[in-house]
Amino acid sequence: MWVKKDLLGLDDLTKEEIEFILATAESFKEVSSRSIKKVPALRGKTVVNLFYEPSTRTRVSFEVAAKRLSADVINISTETSSVRKGETLIDTGRNIQALNTDIIVIRHNCSGAALMLARHVDICVVNAGDGWHEHPTQALLDIFTLKEKFGKIDGLKVSIVGDIAHSRVARSNIWGLTKLGAKVTVCAPEMLIPVGIEQMNVRVTNDINDALKDADAVNVLRMQFERDAGGAFPKQLEYFKNFGITKERLKNAKKDIMIMHPGPLNRGVEIASDVADGDNSVILEQVTNGIAVRMAVLFLVAQARDKNSN
Amino acid sequence: MAQPKAVGFFVLDKETLARALTRMAHEILEKNKGAGDLCIVGIRKRGVYIAARLAGYIKKIEGAEIPVGTLDVTLYRDDLGLAEFQPAVHKTEINFDITDKNIILVDDVLFTGRTIRAALDALIDLGRPKTIQLAVLIDRGHRELPIRPDYVGKNIPTSQKQSVAVRLEESDGVDEVLIVEKAE
Amino acid sequence: MKILIKNGLVVDPANGISGEILDILVQGTKISRVAKNIKTGAEKVIDASGKIVMPGLVDMHVHLREPGREDKETVESGTTAAIKGGVTSLLAMPNTNPAIDSAGNVRLLKNIINKTAEANVFICAAITRGRLGKEITDIAKLKKEGVIAISEDGSSVDCEALMLDALQKAREEKILVISHCEDKTLSNNGMINLGFVSTRLGLRGISRESEYKRVDRDISLAEKIKSPLHIAHLSCKESVEIIAKAKKRGIKVSCETAPHYFVLSEEDLLGYDTNLKINPPLRGKGDISAIKKGLKDGTIDVIASDHAPHTENEKDVEFDHAEFGTIGLETELAVAITELVKKGFLDWQGLVEKMSLNPAKILGINRGTLGTGAEADIIVVDPDKEWVVTKENLVSKSRNSAFLDRRLNGVVCYTLCSGEAVYPP
Repeated sequence: MWVKKDLLGLDDLTKEEIEFILATAESFKEVSSRSIKKVPALRGKTVVNLFYEPSTRTRVSFEVAAKRLSADVINISTETSSVRKGETLIDTGRNIQALNTDIIVIRHNCSGAALMLARHVDICVVNAGDGWHEHPTQALLDIFTLKEKFGKIDGLKVSIVGDIAHSRVARSNIWGLTKLGAKVTVCAPEMLIPVGIEQMNVRVTNDINDALKDADAVNVLRMQFERDAGGAFPKQLEYFKNFGITKERLKNAKKDIMIMHPGPLNRGVEIASDVADGDNSVILEQVTNGIAVRMAVLFLVAQARDKNSN
Repeated sequence: MAQPKAVGFFVLDKETLARALTRMAHEILEKNKGAGDLCIVGIRKRGVYIAARLAGYIKKIEGAEIPVGTLDVTLYRDDLGLAEFQPAVHKTEINFDITDKNIILVDDVLFTGRTIRAALDALIDLGRPKTIQLAVLIDRGHRELPIRPDYVGKNIPTSQKQSVAVRLEESDGVDEVLIVEKAE
Repeated sequence: MKILIKNGLVVDPANGISGEILDILVQGTKISRVAKNIKTGAEKVIDASGKIVMPGLVDMHVHLREPGREDKETVESGTTAAIKGGVTSLLAMPNTNPAIDSAGNVRLLKNIINKTAEANVFICAAITRGRLGKEITDIAKLKKEGVIAISEDGSSVDCEALMLDALQKAREEKILVISHCEDKTLSNNGMINLGFVSTRLGLRGISRESEYKRVDRDISLAEKIKSPLHIAHLSCKESVEIIAKAKKRGIKVSCETAPHYFVLSEEDLLGYDTNLKINPPLRGKGDISAIKKGLKDGTIDVIASDHAPHTENEKDVEFDHAEFGTIGLETELAVAITELVKKGFLDWQGLVEKMSLNPAKILGINRGTLGTGAEADIIVVDPDKEWVVTKENLVSKSRNSAFLDRRLNGVVCYTLCSGEAVYPP
């Protein structure tokens, strides 16, 4: 059962709510395999992609998901809208609502922005990534992909490698996976491990071989060297040398270890090309599953809002 | 959803239900001149079990294995967001090409016709069948759309205050159909 | 004009009175008698039976925003809020626009105060010109204009030599230095306390070191030249410990905390409430205990509001973009009563010491007492009356209170400022 008009993060969802989204996504996956890849579930509804950060893959994924549900989609990005003229997020949200739209999918560089927007509009808000805080649909599609392969999440050993400190993908994955019973290890250079992360019930290691050993799956985060803040980031080559996922390193891991990456890939930085393209990689399946998960999320929030307003 | 209380009267029991389904299987074969190009698609949830049983009878009669699929019409409903309960979305599982096939669409109770309307849309999104024929266990009347069944297990005149409870072994542990007075 | 306050429970630690039923007679601007059952004719008689009568609060950390940001607060609106909250004297911080860094700017502010203030406003000037941390202000001239303290509040004087120089000159001029302790290289553009909550919310953290290392530095500078020093808004355990040790060594250091630091913690920030975005940040549960302990054992001398008004436009934005600060003039007394007195951390005498007598002593002003002949700054407080903080019942020009929706005990019934019944209006 789903009753929330917004999806803001996995921190505030129960295990049952997460499982309900995943189960719904499973049903939606079939739609994308048809020759007519469209169902009328959100016919007449308008989804607004409000993106304050450049992102092609997440925006396109949401757009495809919305269109397969027969919704109309409007894309607003900072380059083309009045947000550049100093309009506040709340005003922008209210204006979008005044257009009688139904769902805002928001990507924002400030943590907490999606929550703030959700408090100020009555229409649905779906968080497509806020600052370092959460990226719930990415984590849901990662978990969906894991579940598809392993059948269950409970007891699964998942390692997340990369810039944990500044990663919303890591945070959402940790919340979701631990709630479903997975054993999560985070691995990064000391400087990129955030304070108190172990209180999220994860194991912390600075040793990549330790993170790979025994893991059923490894989720390799994108290293965002472009937002180098205060010299906390190691050099690219140095990072690859110490933390890059290579064939050589995987020799000591489980044979069928699943390799995941939220994209876009930095080949030769956090992951070697032959690993990214190898048999254990599910990187493209993640992209496919992203559509199903986002369809489920858009459908569920829209339905919950309709129900609440009746 | 809460099961309506078993205060009501029986319309079908295990035996009469089996007899009705056997008859429907015969009618389907007769009308389609055998089992060639025939497919059966059940609508979730009880239509699925009835579809499987019809396929079973057809196999007994003709010895032919015909493809059976499952249709979830939730995404095609015209009352999404109006429904008092929230319908969960389930999988549609039709692992065969329906184009140029004669599809027997199966549901347990035919009432307003809106589910069938949704099912027709859902089917047509999957391909272009030669024909779609409708088989229902119970036709209780009160149509709101111009929809008519091709095969009926039993016609039961009902009032709007009544509801029809179909119980099948697969889901409810017993084969019976009752008419129940709705609580006010 | 004579005002007689009858039958109140008088709390006046300066004169060793703690909760006796006494009458207070005010004549002109002064207190003329404190005794049982004063029988005399008065133009106004205030029945204070069942109420606490105490000296008006002295809040030594207030941002009135005037001149420059009259949209946030003015001397008039800020002092109106003050008397509603029982604050009869306050120290206005110099981070206005222009900053209070010259005799001329002090005169400008004094002029506004004379025309519009509803309470006693004392002036704190900047340590450096334009608060730029480059050149020390003319402390002697400022003193002559009536400035009683200097502070760089809002930031710290990063240059050690400059701070040393300021402490030296302040000592010569007998003027108090108030230090905002924050090493910006360590607070790292942070938003909230560095810890699990900042990790969970994905917000940049402000380390505790950024505060206590600067507390440590400024105390050692004050120790070196034996000058008094007051540390503003303590928020963390380590700072309390450092000050406790310094006091033991006999260093003349005093300090204050604000109500939000002994009530609210970083965990209250889980909903990204920008009214709780404060600098220094709300810390952990352990820090709250340490602050309360410090208040109880005397390490912390003063409770001040750090009243920091901001407009809704500056708070109703993304957390990263919101201004730091909460207002506090109207809630500080009730929060202290509810959280400290009612819960047994301080008695009434202790409360009056922290909020009236001690700040008056530290600032060297003749307040905080109900002695005969003292300035008649008196408040009558209903200690039990319950109220809820809402935007509607605040009179400050800004409504950014960290205590919105909170249920509190303690309401100011009357405020007398220099013998005049200024509240209720």
